[in-house]
Amino acid sequence: MSISLFDIIGPRMIGPSSSHTAGAVRIGLVANRLVNGRVKAARVTLYGSFAETGRGHGTDTAIVAGILGVNPDQGTIRYAKLLAKEADVDIPVFFSSEEPEHPNTARVYVQGEDGKEYTYIGTSIGGGRIRVTSINGMEVSFTGEYPTLIVFYQDVPGVISKVSSILALEKINVAFMKVFRSERRQGACMVIETDTPVDEATRRRIVNNVDGIREACTL
Amino acid sequence: MIDYTFSSGEELLTICREAQIPISEAAVRMELEREEMDRDGIMNEMRINLEVMRESIREGLEEQQISITGLMGEDADKLMAYTDNAVMGREMTRIVASAMAVTEVNASMGRIVAAPTAGASGILPAVLIQYGDAHDLSEEQLIAGLCNAGAIGMIIAHNASIAGASGGCQAETGSAAAMAASALTELRGGTPLMCLHAAAIALKNVMGLVCDPVAGLVECPCIKRNAIGAANAVLCSDMVMAGIESIIPFDEVVTSMRNVGRMMNPDLRETARGGLAATPTAQRIAAKIRSFE
Repeated sequence: MSISLFDIIGPRMIGPSSSHTAGAVRIGLVANRLVNGRVKAARVTLYGSFAETGRGHGTDTAIVAGILGVNPDQGTIRYAKLLAKEADVDIPVFFSSEEPEHPNTARVYVQGEDGKEYTYIGTSIGGGRIRVTSINGMEVSFTGEYPTLIVFYQDVPGVISKVSSILALEKINVAFMKVFRSERRQGACMVIETDTPVDEATRRRIVNNVDGIREACTL
Repeated sequence: MIDYTFSSGEELLTICREAQIPISEAAVRMELEREEMDRDGIMNEMRINLEVMRESIREGLEEQQISITGLMGEDADKLMAYTDNAVMGREMTRIVASAMAVTEVNASMGRIVAAPTAGASGILPAVLIQYGDAHDLSEEQLIAGLCNAGAIGMIIAHNASIAGASGGCQAETGSAAAMAASALTELRGGTPLMCLHAAAIALKNVMGLVCDPVAGLVECPCIKRNAIGAANAVLCSDMVMAGIESIIPFDEVVTSMRNVGRMMNPDLRETARGGLAATPTAQRIAAKIRSFE
């Protein structure tokens, strides 16, 4: 049998549903990590089953909890709206009747205290796992299970090797790397999932020393 | 050397007979063969699960729970307060109320252990922990109970399903009841074969039960189905301890449960389109929830 004893007795989780609660928290956490925990404002739109049963499953509360940095197994998830009020961060949640590609989909806009803004689409794919499918208009694909570096750049030769050599210099091992672009020689995006996190100094070095890079963020 | 890998009740019984071990120990030895955790690691992980289960019962009974929709949350307390008048007796009342309490905690975004799923998370902790407290069982015995239950759940998951979306409620609260019935039987000194009889009868009792959550939420009828699931487990263990056997063997019951799940119309498998979810009252509740902002 491929299953473990702990697939049956477990996991320990916050109810009522792993895809609607834990998955939603993880989608929210992406926003928190994109702005290094300093959230100034955020806005959420839920689609599909998230929109239809999200209120009753607490998906709206769970995603707000994630945006505020609460982890999927923390009992404080249910008080997220209170936490938002205390932190003086306004996070409205909208429910859309538009049909998404994946049944459990959320679009999240977040603004950091430094003014940086991100909009991404996250999907909850079962068992509390998620996939981000779009960020700032670029189609991407990553899970957030690894430390992730996202680099937005102009699609010209040499950028990828320069970024990876800086990572090598810092002894950061690349687990997965994917590149995405809108059109040839236009805006592009690389998503690098690493074994150890990319620190702020390394992120800055990449932005400042590689030509063609518009922005880089970590989560 | 005995190969401790099993994927059916028959294989599990053979291992128990050849190694002269209970089902709980067979489950631990199969987990060890995965080579992901050592014995201490497995025991420790189960101990944490047991603690979280215990805490979820306590929270459900002692603290006020209000489900996200506000529809549920107090029923476990009401039943508990009625203990002295209950025809089913003190021990059964505590077990059933605890099963509801955990499911209420789940419905109000509290912390639970999926066993085997979140929707059926009340049954196993209620049966094991309340029985254990009433009969002074040790933590080690309760952990063995969880391992026994895990073996039954693994066999069902492998040969049928534990998901409401594929097998209906029989796959969720039915599986949980079968797991709890088997675990309780081992803790009371029943043989591995008796454990499988108890599990088989529990599954037979809810064969064909549909998954029809009102408004798609794990509240109505899930909380009360956890109550009957816990009672089902206790009843089946009692029957088996009294010498009653399942006419149809466990493995055949599991296969038929899978087949029944496949015959079930998708409207009756967690989609909230059929059964109770399709009633006028359920439709009114669903519309009311949609209007919340």
